[in-house]
Amino acid sequence: MAAASALIKFKFPFRFLLLRRFSESPAEPVTMETSLPFSAHKCDPPPRSVTTSPSELLSFFRNMTVMRRMELAADSLYKAKLVRGFCHLYDGQEAVAVGMEAAITRRDAIITAYRDHCIYVARGGSPFEVFAELMGRRAGCSKGKGGSMHLYKKDASFYGGHGIVGAHAPLGCGIALGQKYSKEGTVTFMIYGDGAANQGQLYESLNMAALWDLPVVLVCENNHYGMGTAEWRASKNPAYYKRADYVPGLKVDGMDVLAVKQACKFAKEHVLQNGPIVLEMDTYRYHGHSMSDPGSTYRTRDEITGVRQDRDPIERVRKLILSLELASPSELKDIEKEVRKETDEAIAKAKESPMPDPSELFTNVYVQSYGAEAFGPDRKEVKADLP
Amino acid sequence: MAAVLQAAALLMGSQTDIKRFRLRSALRSAPVRNEGFFVVRTNGRLSTTSGVMPRRAKLIPNAVAAKADTTTTASSADSKPGHELLLFEALREGLEEEMERDPRVCVIGEDVGHYGGSYKVTKGLATKFGDLRVLDTPIAENSFTGMGIGASMTGLRPVIEGMNMGFLLLAFNQISNNCGMLHYTSGGQFTIPVVIRGPGGVGRQLGAEHSQRLESYFQSIPGLQMVACSTPCNAKGLMKAAIRSDNPVVLFEHVLLYNLKERIPDEDYVLCLEEAEMVRPGEHVTILTYSRMRYHVMQAAKALINKGYDPEVIDIRSLKPFDLCTIGNSIKKTHRVLIVEECMRTGGIGASLRAAIIDNFWDYLDAPIMCLSSQDVPTPYAGTLEEWTVVQPAQIVAAVEQLCK
Repeated sequence: MAAASALIKFKFPFRFLLLRRFSESPAEPVTMETSLPFSAHKCDPPPRSVTTSPSELLSFFRNMTVMRRMELAADSLYKAKLVRGFCHLYDGQEAVAVGMEAAITRRDAIITAYRDHCIYVARGGSPFEVFAELMGRRAGCSKGKGGSMHLYKKDASFYGGHGIVGAHAPLGCGIALGQKYSKEGTVTFMIYGDGAANQGQLYESLNMAALWDLPVVLVCENNHYGMGTAEWRASKNPAYYKRADYVPGLKVDGMDVLAVKQACKFAKEHVLQNGPIVLEMDTYRYHGHSMSDPGSTYRTRDEITGVRQDRDPIERVRKLILSLELASPSELKDIEKEVRKETDEAIAKAKESPMPDPSELFTNVYVQSYGAEAFGPDRKEVKADLP
Repeated sequence: MAAVLQAAALLMGSQTDIKRFRLRSALRSAPVRNEGFFVVRTNGRLSTTSGVMPRRAKLIPNAVAAKADTTTTASSADSKPGHELLLFEALREGLEEEMERDPRVCVIGEDVGHYGGSYKVTKGLATKFGDLRVLDTPIAENSFTGMGIGASMTGLRPVIEGMNMGFLLLAFNQISNNCGMLHYTSGGQFTIPVVIRGPGGVGRQLGAEHSQRLESYFQSIPGLQMVACSTPCNAKGLMKAAIRSDNPVVLFEHVLLYNLKERIPDEDYVLCLEEAEMVRPGEHVTILTYSRMRYHVMQAAKALINKGYDPEVIDIRSLKPFDLCTIGNSIKKTHRVLIVEECMRTGGIGASLRAAIIDNFWDYLDAPIMCLSSQDVPTPYAGTLEEWTVVQPAQIVAAVEQLCK
């Protein structure tokens, strides 16, 4: 491998020649087929051939590496007791976040449950803000008042970040209602898990979304385990893309970032014409459900390592980049080193950032109210504005 | 004194230095043009006596508050002749005016559109504003409440109707976690300007599940405001204020009060959400009440006046936060408090109000605070039994007599 890279390095003009065959410039489109076909329910699946570009592939690689590094760092921070409470890690599922982001604009909304660190970063947030929020610092994205499960980014239309399983499903359909009301031509991606797929409110809101043609894409991140229970033990019908019955569905290989991108693009176009659609992303999480779950009591370590070897999303993109010779292995290693350095810097900065001021306990409980002045009992000494 | 200030500040949720004076304008709904409306104080006047004038005061101190003060007498000479209507029509008028004023206001609920609302509060609005704006939902309270909250995160201002307040128990998770807390957990990024309204309370033999009073369950949800209307006048004013407020507001109506008739002003008016209403000033005892019990109290008051007592009746209206200013002034005058409420004794509004009064006004009390509330039982169907679960005027009279002994 080293010899090959050395060969390529010395034979610079030859390498350039090779590159010329596949891409003239970083934006030159590259076409390939997804590794698995899409399975469709009540709709025509999108074509398997996807178009991308070298720069996009490299950005996929970089973004997924950032996410992976961030989640692993969050793991060690939790074990060092700097992050408390609940911490649900997304490593293994990065392809879903990155692929979805590549298919949509920042005005399309995304809402997800508590496994939200990487979606926040995909929407433009920085790992520093995530670390600060996890450690409860003032500089966190929710001023330290939300925690791991409550990351929000309004300017990027990221609606969080919700702790109760399935409770954000009606919220997502409500966001779509707002989008339909204002006729913006944007859509909402409502991400839930295979565990939440058994919640009644999901089907209630799906019914309403289908009734009123709301522009919502329901994305089931099927990592095959709802907390500690395998999908075949929790769901009578584990084909989640078919569960919506009268609403079309698509099953996607969630470890293939290009397939995810293709499916999300297809879904956005479909939904703006025809109403909701369900996407099932077949994905996997390496960590347990949360940091208190070792993740190995309900599945075997062999299974985890098997998925890591065969289906890891970052490895796939790396192999793709190398086979298309868009970058050399050492360049990719450099990217990884750079990402690691940036993550370490973000952690150091977050560790030093201050805790919230005690007065922050009472802010943001209410918005500025209707201009009411409130008085103490004698109307003289105490006069406060209801916050 | 410091403890009192602390408690008062905490109760009002103020985080700023409580000794700082801040003048605020009364006109607060920023995105929409202000068109000459006025905020009404219960004393019907600008607060010149305390020496504090709000800046940009466009307060027109007449009509509504004066009427509220003199409900037991003929209409005041100050007010213009208004128009008479029933309480549900007043709610509809308020809602319609707000929908005309702000295109982002919409209604979500069961049977609100084509059917016109099960209590006719939204009658005619669907034909006027369209089906998307007055949205008929399937029977799925949990999710359509959640949808209203999600829509409000994008900027809409939904008015979510529960056909009966009791059904909103199904939406408790959405109301508590998402509605009340999203503003806080997002660090202030998202506001939830929803109004959740519906009729509750004990009706005429509706059975246990349809006679629920949810004020006691919702009162500890942080981030939520609760108001209860009792007359057509305050129903319209509170509806409008709730819609204009950027906080999530739960507006409690009562099934038996929808057909009350009253003359209300013609001009545009909005009431203050956090204020209590002085129904009848008096000297001997302060009676705090809200919603339907106001009428039982007024009936009892007639009997009490004949017996020579002079009760001061305050309709607290704002169930969260309490208007401790009006209440406190009254207690300082009378030194005796009776709370008459319709919710259950355990953990009800009366229980919280008692605690608030004891924390703040202990030194002014001459007698223990009495609280009359409904029995801690599911509301029975049989008429006589149902009568006994709810506080009746005779019990109020007896309580006042005991208090003033």
